[in-house]
Amino acid sequence: MDLSYTETQDMLRDTLARFLADTYDFETRKKMLDRPEGRDPGIWRALSAELGLTGASFAEEHGGLGGGAIENMIMMEELGKVIAIEPWLQTVVIGGGALKAVGGAHADALIPQIIGGDAVFAFAYAEPQGRYDLANIATSAKGDASGYVLNGHKAVVYAAPWATHLLVTARTGGARADRGGVELFLVEANAKGITRRDYPTVDGFRASEIYFENVSVPGDALLPGGIDLIEALVDEATMALCAEATGVARKLLEGTVEYTKQRKQFGQPIGKFQALQHRMADMLVEAEQIQSMTLMGTLRLDLPTDQRKAAVSLAKAKVARSIKFVGQSAVQTHGGIGITMELGIGHYFKRATMIESQFGSADHHLARYEALTLPA
Amino acid sequence: MDIEFSPEDLAFRDEVRAFIAENYPKELRGKQDEGDELSKEDFLSWHKVLAKKGWVAPAWPVEYGGTGWTVTQRFIWSEETARADCIRLMPFGLTMVGPVIYTFGTPEQKAHFLPRILSGEDWWCQGYSEPGAGSDLANLRTRAVRDGDHYVINGQKTWTTMAQHADWGFFLCRTDPDAKAQEGISFILVDMKSPGIEVRPIITLGGEHEVNEVFLEDVRVPVANRVFEENKGWTCAKFLLAHERVGIAGVAASKRGIERIRQIAATELDGDKALLANPFFRRKVAELEMDLTALEFTELRTLAGEAAGKGPGPESSALKIKGSEIQQRLTELTLEMAGHYGAPYFRGFGEGDNEHPIGPGAWANRAAPTYFNARKTTIYGGSNEIQRNIIAKMVLGL
Repeated sequence: MDLSYTETQDMLRDTLARFLADTYDFETRKKMLDRPEGRDPGIWRALSAELGLTGASFAEEHGGLGGGAIENMIMMEELGKVIAIEPWLQTVVIGGGALKAVGGAHADALIPQIIGGDAVFAFAYAEPQGRYDLANIATSAKGDASGYVLNGHKAVVYAAPWATHLLVTARTGGARADRGGVELFLVEANAKGITRRDYPTVDGFRASEIYFENVSVPGDALLPGGIDLIEALVDEATMALCAEATGVARKLLEGTVEYTKQRKQFGQPIGKFQALQHRMADMLVEAEQIQSMTLMGTLRLDLPTDQRKAAVSLAKAKVARSIKFVGQSAVQTHGGIGITMELGIGHYFKRATMIESQFGSADHHLARYEALTLPA
Repeated sequence: MDIEFSPEDLAFRDEVRAFIAENYPKELRGKQDEGDELSKEDFLSWHKVLAKKGWVAPAWPVEYGGTGWTVTQRFIWSEETARADCIRLMPFGLTMVGPVIYTFGTPEQKAHFLPRILSGEDWWCQGYSEPGAGSDLANLRTRAVRDGDHYVINGQKTWTTMAQHADWGFFLCRTDPDAKAQEGISFILVDMKSPGIEVRPIITLGGEHEVNEVFLEDVRVPVANRVFEENKGWTCAKFLLAHERVGIAGVAASKRGIERIRQIAATELDGDKALLANPFFRRKVAELEMDLTALEFTELRTLAGEAAGKGPGPESSALKIKGSEIQQRLTELTLEMAGHYGAPYFRGFGEGDNEHPIGPGAWANRAAPTYFNARKTTIYGGSNEIQRNIIAKMVLGL
């Protein structure tokens, strides 16, 4: 067993951390959110074309650095520390993950574009009725002479307003909740028949409702693998999200401890009060466990399917609960100022809250874990 | 003992129910259903209906305009207004400064201010917290210096809720800088239109403008606007905080909140079943009802004590702690119900913006901002840490 990082991994983390420290301070981030497009595309260009960091988890034959899930974890943790508004999860982890899984012409064409910063992905998987069940899909993909025709409505698609490509889950057959018949499609974001309703999200991202009306895609738009591929991709994305939570939790804890050293009430820094000390000690314990579960789940992504699923679900359930505790405790310890837009803490809390339920709430993942591991 | 309502109580309940059904402003109902932000006029519209009927301040003594209702009737009233989803009346005049004025004020102060609170003519705000005086409220530094028959006030207040609408504010100011912390503070009524007052918004996490900073620079206030003795304002402040803690439990509103969750979860889907059928979710609803019932009966016991002549004591801290935690859990469950649709940030349906909500309804898009906003309930009115200190010190004698 060896839980240490390689030199290259340390270097990647340092490079990204330094870049973000220079470009992603609180005030600059706020200005990015206020732009009409909700981000500064120059940052993405720098992360990709200029620094080559987006290549960390891709094979060298595609121009990457040969890494994988560990590299994604490292990067997501650093992005979480600045609550970055960047489509890394959607593009590198999910888009890149799908391309790596299917290989072939799509991978050869698009992975270099991801690394170079020209391709940005969004993952259109959720539907209004489906909650966190990936197989509960009403969007249809009907085969015709030239390929498939997509019809349906995808909900709350993060990063869609910025995307060049969409990964869309749709049903080629079967009833609404059947696992069979659900497939993953690669669709150009500006394909004819796609309309979007864009909006900001509460955690500072941009997202869309996406409506597909007779959208024709070629036959090779179907990325073979069905629901198993989709679940594997979402499991990988879930662990990347947990890594982001690690960074968010660290910052919530750091910011809170720092604040309680400065803030004086009753003639002393409030950090001297035992009630608050114990709460912050608990925050540290939870933040540590977020990191531990992130590592556990990430290292088990390669296990056989059911073991992988069980590990990821256990990790996400724990992370969801812990990040909620850390976020709520950070706000409570700050008092009123924690509920305003004025300090970073509130913005981290908002992201923490959305991470809780993204790709499934604690309840959802505990239920999946139970179904996989406990005899009925 | 008898927990059931008497025939008279039931008749009263029917009367109240009918009154609300006939008189609750319809425009207000519409805006609430859409999740719109409410304007000053919206808040006042229901207030004025009740003022006309004489029901706006049930807890006040009859001689000052109260209803003379029994404790049970007041309980029924809060149940029925919550059940009908009526907006909460702004508490700053009716349940905060009003009782202070009729308890400690001069005959002139009572004659002038109380009718205007009842009618809604004056909108009040509360000038308590300061940047350096939050939980440690007695550490406040805003100074009021005597200059003939005026005070000259200088300082800064914060978290001043709805000050942007206020005509008057009640301020805690230091009048004796040499006295010990709680001594040397006076309770002063300030005309918010006075020269030298500046109100600046603080925007909270859900994007709301509820709270403000209030800057006071050489604000001149007649000495006649001081309530109770000079340097004895802490007596008024303590009295008010104990009163504030009772209302803060919000039992009736939380009951209504659970009712709404039951309704929505019965139709919102979780896969191919209703969300309410999800064993995890329904367990959380049941647990919430368990805790709310415990809170309700604790409050009833407190009310009964009040009816027997015991004022709200430090026990009301328990009501504040549990009440605020339950309010927060309600917003957590609502956010859970919203699922993916908790994420879209979409403020201000209506108000010139006719776009429809994103997802199952306005409630879903309001869920996250409401959840963020509700974090305040364990912070304001004396944070829950402070409430525990009060219990430890005042009840347990530690």
